[in-house]
Amino acid sequence: MAQALTRAMRDAMAEDPTVHVMGEDVGTLGGVFRITDGLAKEFGEERCTDTPLAEAGILGAAVGMAMYGLRPVVEMQFDAFAYPAFEQLISHVAKMRNRTRGAMPLPITIRVPYGGGIGGVEHHCDSSEAYYVATPGLTVVTPATVEDAYGLLRASIASDDPVVFLEPKRLYWSKADWRPEAPTVVPGIGKALVRRAGTSATLITYGPSLPVCLEAAEAAREEGWDLEVVDLRSLVPFDEQTVVESVRRTGRAVVVHEAGGFGGPGAEIAARVTERCFHHLEAPVLRVTGFDIPYPPPMLEKHHLPGVDRILDTVARLQWEN
Amino acid sequence: MTVQELPGAGASHRSTQPPAWSPRTDAAPLLPDPEPYRVLGTEAADRLDPELMRRYYAELVRGRRYNAQATALTKQGRLAVYPSTVGQEACEIAAALVLEDQDWLFPSYRDTLAAVARGLDPVQALTLLRGDWHTGYDPREHRIAPLSTPLATQLPHAVGLAHAARLRGDDVVALAMVGDGGTSEGDFHEALNFAAVWQAPVVFLVQNNGFAISVPLAKQTAAPTLAHKAVGYGMPGRLVDGNDIAAMHEVLTEAVRRARSGGGPTLIEAVTYRMEAHTNADDATRYRGDAEVEAWKAHDPVDLLERELTARGIIDEAAIQAVREDAEVMAAALREGMNADPVVDPMDLFAHVYAEQTDRLREQAAMLRAELEAEDQA
Repeated sequence: MAQALTRAMRDAMAEDPTVHVMGEDVGTLGGVFRITDGLAKEFGEERCTDTPLAEAGILGAAVGMAMYGLRPVVEMQFDAFAYPAFEQLISHVAKMRNRTRGAMPLPITIRVPYGGGIGGVEHHCDSSEAYYVATPGLTVVTPATVEDAYGLLRASIASDDPVVFLEPKRLYWSKADWRPEAPTVVPGIGKALVRRAGTSATLITYGPSLPVCLEAAEAAREEGWDLEVVDLRSLVPFDEQTVVESVRRTGRAVVVHEAGGFGGPGAEIAARVTERCFHHLEAPVLRVTGFDIPYPPPMLEKHHLPGVDRILDTVARLQWEN
Repeated sequence: MTVQELPGAGASHRSTQPPAWSPRTDAAPLLPDPEPYRVLGTEAADRLDPELMRRYYAELVRGRRYNAQATALTKQGRLAVYPSTVGQEACEIAAALVLEDQDWLFPSYRDTLAAVARGLDPVQALTLLRGDWHTGYDPREHRIAPLSTPLATQLPHAVGLAHAARLRGDDVVALAMVGDGGTSEGDFHEALNFAAVWQAPVVFLVQNNGFAISVPLAKQTAAPTLAHKAVGYGMPGRLVDGNDIAAMHEVLTEAVRRARSGGGPTLIEAVTYRMEAHTNADDATRYRGDAEVEAWKAHDPVDLLERELTARGIIDEAAIQAVREDAEVMAAALREGMNADPVVDPMDLFAHVYAEQTDRLREQAAMLRAELEAEDQA
């Protein structure tokens, strides 16, 4: 996935001279995860810029650059390091189109490596998506496959709106039979995909939890469950149609994500599925999420992250009896 | 005990010597002068350009009249709120007039007068404060960024825009305005640092008007002056009398010239005073005394210039009268423009959130449309 992200930025920069990559360590080092590897060498330091270490300054400067017609791609090194930039994000990035009645849209892509499962110490593993999806004006996407890493990042850079591009850190090293010379065309932002067809219940998920859900769906076959798995890909806009169609087919739904459950995206999704599928549901919509705790230290994270067993236990509860 | 005397501090305890360190040196003087720079009432006034000063005088009088009219409009309920710049007109006007057409102005919420002096229609400049929309003009058309209400957050935008313009080879300078309170915000520091590292063509203008709402400068900073803050970032800091429009013109022109010629950013502290309350919602008598306000009245920016120009025969009573009449025409037009009820379209709520409407917003727009239709029928 890391190479697909790099390739997406490289192709975008080659096609469009207004695309600029910026952030801490993105130049000479190629980023701490090497996602911007080689871009400074190929396009020069003016197009792939090592900035001072100040996230509000990085994003604030990107706003000014976008006001002048550039398409900045900003790297926030880790999820929790993006927080100093929240005022810029919420007060300016998300609202500039609205404040100016559409006269000044800001085509900024904000790449945020997020989530746990890599043994990172504290402040390196937050699932911060709930903050972003609660902010009108932001588009929020997260790839779970190598094809999507490329396709969604290209779509994000091409978008005339600001996009928070959440990169699941633990999938950086996931591999696929992906040929960068002929990237697969994937659906754009705002379309969810059924990753596994099934009949007895729908797992609704995204980002780092997709592989876990697919594994759980395989394991569930032994229990007699044929699980459908929907990958949201985009949290805002939310593809209600694909989700609703799936749940109406299966009659049961579980939302799975790493972020905490209270006020997490799963709460919104469960509410919407309930509103739209009430008469089709055989059981309440359930959620499997991270606990409502600060992200735990690495030695405890396996107890926090939604795993196959917890998903299967929850699926078993869908055999609802009053 | 000195550091050298502390146990373990001696070089003999090191296994190896640290590599040589050399500080960055710069020939440009960074430290501001100890006193604010002044022109009016000094020998420097001998070199005033009469034509330019007549223009500045007319703009100052119009600016003062604009402030009075806007304040009156709050009393009539035509403006939700107005942060006055009475006493600060010299800063506002000089900031607008030193810029070329292609340059950009980044105002704070208090700086509508600067936007108007740059040529923006006053009604458009006041849209935010009237409440019919957030920004009443196309920023690109006027090269005036939206008025920023969060403090200092527009400063990094100015840096990014100036940097982008330079990358494209365009001759553009960005001038960003902030108050004394805003210099305490993180974005102020990040913007100055970015600008200096990138040598971006930016001018930072701090209007030190004495108070951040009610908090005086002494509780805002321990620095000798706000201009001193420039030093740590590696850019020149300039201290100037913000009520002396000739001094403002010189210092701003020099900073704009430096930025335009690739010399990088400058931080300017204009020492001025907010004669009125923070806004019409504020009670200034709770935090400052009449004596202080009276002392500043004697140093009024309009009077200062009027006295100097009259003494030098650059303007006379007839010219002053003509300028005042011109300001009345502007005020009448502003009154008329603001007295027309703004037309607001409720469906605009959903029109400019995303480039493409989301399903969610389409549903909510339909809900509001139905509510409006029901109201119409009732």
